[in-house]
Amino acid sequence: MQASAYRDSSPAKTYISIGQIKSLGAALDLPETGGGCGTQGGEGKASCGTSAGPDDMPQEIWDKVKNHPCYSEEAHHHYARMHVAVAPACNIQCNYCNRKYDCSNESRPGVVSQKLTPEQAVKKVVAVASEIPQMTVLGIAGPGDALASPKKTFDTFRMLQEQAPDIKLCLSTNGLALPDMVNEICKYNIDHVTITINMVDPAVGEKIYPWIFWNHKRVTGYEAAKILHERQMLGLEMLTARGVLTKINSVLIPGINDEHLIEVNREVKKRGAFLHNIMPLISEAEHGTVFGLTGQRGPSAAVQDACMGGANLMRHCRQCRADAVGLLGEDRSEEFTLDKLEQMEVVYDLDKRKTYQDKVEVERQAQHTAKQEALAASSAIKVGDDLQVLVAVATKGGGRVNEHFGHVTEFQVFQVSSTEALFVGHRRVDQYCQGGVGDDEQLPSVVRAINDCHAVLVAKIGACPKDDLIAAGIEPVDQYVGEFIEKAALDWFNDYRARIASGAIEHQHRGDAQIRQGAYTNLTSGIALAA
Amino acid sequence: MPMKIIASTCTACSACEPECPNVAIREKNGTYVIDVKKCTDCEGHFDEPQCVAVCPVDGCIIKV
Repeated sequence: MQASAYRDSSPAKTYISIGQIKSLGAALDLPETGGGCGTQGGEGKASCGTSAGPDDMPQEIWDKVKNHPCYSEEAHHHYARMHVAVAPACNIQCNYCNRKYDCSNESRPGVVSQKLTPEQAVKKVVAVASEIPQMTVLGIAGPGDALASPKKTFDTFRMLQEQAPDIKLCLSTNGLALPDMVNEICKYNIDHVTITINMVDPAVGEKIYPWIFWNHKRVTGYEAAKILHERQMLGLEMLTARGVLTKINSVLIPGINDEHLIEVNREVKKRGAFLHNIMPLISEAEHGTVFGLTGQRGPSAAVQDACMGGANLMRHCRQCRADAVGLLGEDRSEEFTLDKLEQMEVVYDLDKRKTYQDKVEVERQAQHTAKQEALAASSAIKVGDDLQVLVAVATKGGGRVNEHFGHVTEFQVFQVSSTEALFVGHRRVDQYCQGGVGDDEQLPSVVRAINDCHAVLVAKIGACPKDDLIAAGIEPVDQYVGEFIEKAALDWFNDYRARIASGAIEHQHRGDAQIRQGAYTNLTSGIALAA
Repeated sequence: MPMKIIASTCTACSACEPECPNVAIREKNGTYVIDVKKCTDCEGHFDEPQCVAVCPVDGCIIKV
């Protein structure tokens, strides 16, 4: 029950490209790579050569990831993914996982409401793909381990390949069974595999994994962690050799593997990992996990940032449920429960999906252009060149500032400087506005979540929260409604620098913020679904 | 002495089902049950009952 957790969703500008690591992984038979992204023109590479699409990424790799919300920070604004919960069994136990917990109000890996048979899962995927044309990726992420129930996992993939051939397939695993399954993975053209790797030293591992089920025995302690580690490394090497893109998920557990993750990063890079995603431990007593009950808690924003220092890591991961549906950070699974599926007439329309996705590409190109223009304007201002601040953004998707402050359940946070507007993470909050009325008790928690930000960009904001934000030192900004986020953030930042230059304001440092992954307390109502 | 699954704590994760060398485990009403006539505690097959070794819930599968 482990990798079931923390397996899904995805990365940011943090690609570790295969080409980059080639010299380190020389012993491995890495796939042939084409020319660098930046050297080839052409359609479909909307963000090549930019921070959102690494310029050193070979074309064929970029083609694989560009529409995958979990592998491309830019894609995650536009494309959706879904998970089907067909694989409930697991072959290991993790101290941060308790799959008994089953609540539709909670969003966190390993949690699921309805388990599906492969047939039900395929029906659900086809129904969702017809309803949501931006759904391009189907993942099997548990709620156990995708490879601990290989028959269910691969039956699902096989049927999907026949019925919805344009959907990309991916899976998550803890790696224990991985080396035995690499052939099967390649047979179904699964081009993305996520492995949850929390350690490369069994002495660290035995604090995270109480046992594994291996060769018909329950193995515990150091030996269990050692076997798991060896299988993970072997599996990763085998996937790299076969040209399958791998993402490594690591759960950051303060005091246990926080410093160790630098070493994990080095080892997985060396073996050809494409991306490394470090996500904060989600741990509360009511989750009933070992860590939850022993008081082991997740990190603050600053600790997470410190761990990420220097490494190429992904930031846009939302640690979604094993049955999530929709854009990252959104969950529309309630619309596609088994009862509702039975009443749906579904026609899989490839053309309609293609038309929609073409439109998205035009939008992406526009977003990219807007950012370049804003950057050009930014470089013209010569004040406060080394200044760097965080900005929170209220958005409901499409890469634009388009959400009302009171309706936000999750802010996107961007790091802005004179040369860059870079997405660095999400902050979940309790919705401030409930049924049209502001809830003043929620506001302090919203402020805590974005306390390290200098400004919050919104489509609209009421007078009361506006005053309270200003009092807390966060500038509410509603003049960039509907604009692309990066452009809006850079324009605001230029204005901010201009005000500093004119002496109108003085730049102040902000404090730390509280990360609350997996909150989602208001998502059961129709409000979030309609957003 | 055959094994028994305590239905109230079973998460229906299905991990035990394929491990049983006697094919004694099946799904029934949203949980899993062991056929006492088929269960041999894995004697002659493995060192320990496989269902107990793989079950994620401590105390969910007991001897009766």
